[in-house]
Amino acid sequence: MNPSAELTDNGGAKPRALPLLSFGKSGFADKFFQKLTAFFAFLILFLAFLTALTLWQASAPTFHKMGWNFLTSSDWDPINGIFGSVPFVYGTIVSSMVALFIAVPFGLGISLFLTELAPMKMRDPVAFLVEILAAIPSVVYGLWGIFLLAPFMRVHVDPVLEALGGALRLPFFKGPSTGLSLFTAGVILSIMILPTITAISREVFEAVPNTYRESARALGATSWETILLSVLKPSRVGLLGAIMLALGRALGETMAVTMVIGNTPQVSINLLAPAHSMASVIANEFSEAVSDLHISALAEIGLLLMVITLVLNIVAHLLVWATAAKFQK
Amino acid sequence: MNFDYQTRRKLTDRTMVFLCGAAAFIAMIPLVSLILYVLLQGFKRLDWAFLTHLPAPVGVPGGGMANALLGTLTLMLLASLVGLPIGIMAGIYLSEYGKKNKFAWAVRFTSDVLSGVPSIVTGIVAYTLVVKPMHNFSAIAGGIALGFMMIPIVTRTTEELVKMVPHSIREASWALGVPQWQTILAIVIRTAKNGILTGVLLSVARIAGETAPLLFTSFNNQFWPQSPDEPTASLTVQVFTYAISPFKDWQDQAWTGALVLLILVLAINLAARTFFKNPRGLLR
Repeated sequence: MNPSAELTDNGGAKPRALPLLSFGKSGFADKFFQKLTAFFAFLILFLAFLTALTLWQASAPTFHKMGWNFLTSSDWDPINGIFGSVPFVYGTIVSSMVALFIAVPFGLGISLFLTELAPMKMRDPVAFLVEILAAIPSVVYGLWGIFLLAPFMRVHVDPVLEALGGALRLPFFKGPSTGLSLFTAGVILSIMILPTITAISREVFEAVPNTYRESARALGATSWETILLSVLKPSRVGLLGAIMLALGRALGETMAVTMVIGNTPQVSINLLAPAHSMASVIANEFSEAVSDLHISALAEIGLLLMVITLVLNIVAHLLVWATAAKFQK
Repeated sequence: MNFDYQTRRKLTDRTMVFLCGAAAFIAMIPLVSLILYVLLQGFKRLDWAFLTHLPAPVGVPGGGMANALLGTLTLMLLASLVGLPIGIMAGIYLSEYGKKNKFAWAVRFTSDVLSGVPSIVTGIVAYTLVVKPMHNFSAIAGGIALGFMMIPIVTRTTEELVKMVPHSIREASWALGVPQWQTILAIVIRTAKNGILTGVLLSVARIAGETAPLLFTSFNNQFWPQSPDEPTASLTVQVFTYAISPFKDWQDQAWTGALVLLILVLAINLAARTFFKNPRGLLR
């Protein structure tokens, strides 16, 4: 057996499969290959630039007409060419906040369960099931939302909330509800961002060194006290990053929201009222736009949506990196 | 109730541990409900005709989504043509040449940030760049939109997986006098090929389920796709159109379409897992 056969047996590559060029000229070939891959890497920077530039140019006509009023007006009248983004920004932010409100406790609970509490045998299967939630296409969530979740909310959940809102004199829950509402959109979003929160916070928890847990245990802490003192406390910043990444996903989610939010451009403090979101108005109106200005206004909403998610994502990535770096030292 | 300190600690502990377990249990309910319903409703209409026939007009019984299925496959292929070369080459650059330079840092950061751009925004970009100059919705525009979305995912997974190849294998190759570019192509990439394939499959699975960027790029079509510069149906857009229609028969077909879509996406995901056992963290 020659030495090269061993390499092949180990799953390595067969040396004889090398595309043999003269080794003497490899100085040039090496440089060329490096430049070639660098060029493709550069294309990513270019793509980001192209995205920003395209949106900027596409939204220029509306910006000329509406100016900053676009950001402060809540009138949306495509026929008369009046465009204000407030109802959409409101719908996007409120539905995402509802989603976070539900998904954060659940997500953290699940990942604590998976990293700290569950029997070893259960961990991988449960994690796998949560990951499947991430693989389901959003239009399927939307379909499920229209025919199952929305009727369920209308019949079982919303009346309870209405009664609660009435008793506590809260303005957030006022009937009658059709099931297609800001609140239903928030619920479906919470299911969709759950895998993101679970996966990232699990990574953050697993990065906490075991000595932290052992120290707490040695002092006689219970499981929950150990979690509070030696797992949650050192991972606060990373968790914030996880939550922000999940929020970024919720803000940009289109199909499922479009299908259950009711698509009515209004600003209402009542969560059971139909609303609209930035992504859903683009999905609904873009291919049926009445004028070039209408398209441009939708592009400006897209630009606004991108700016919001970008800022959020950049901060979130920096936070996640910062925690990872802290434990690596 | 008046508990002493120790009892209260124990009670808090039990309660919180129980709540964490309950959270995991409750999260399974929507998953189970969704999958069960797609199966139950979807199988009603699933037959050979659904997979081989064109959509029928409202009121005409029968009809299927064959053109949409073919359209989705076409879009996946076009997207791969755009996304894979850029993603894989950039991933190789980052892993092999970009350990510690500012350009690589910028690319890595931009790529992470691009993966957070909402898909509907990518749709607007593809519309402005492709549909508007061509004056026509087309499969090409849809493929480009989806390809743009693939790039950051493929770049990231390729980088991570190529990095996993042990350094000693590279050194062994260099010691034999093999130049670096051949080492990368013939040794490193070939060792990491299963991992790279996993990343590719996961990104394809991800874009196969996308609807938002297709609504105004590839649009929809009731007929067989003739050429890539025409409006093209896709499973996702077809499911959406049927789901929000007022017709019972179309709504039933939306469930069947969703079932086919779900099987397609989960099958690709499972295939990805057989090539590489632990793709955790790659799903994002």
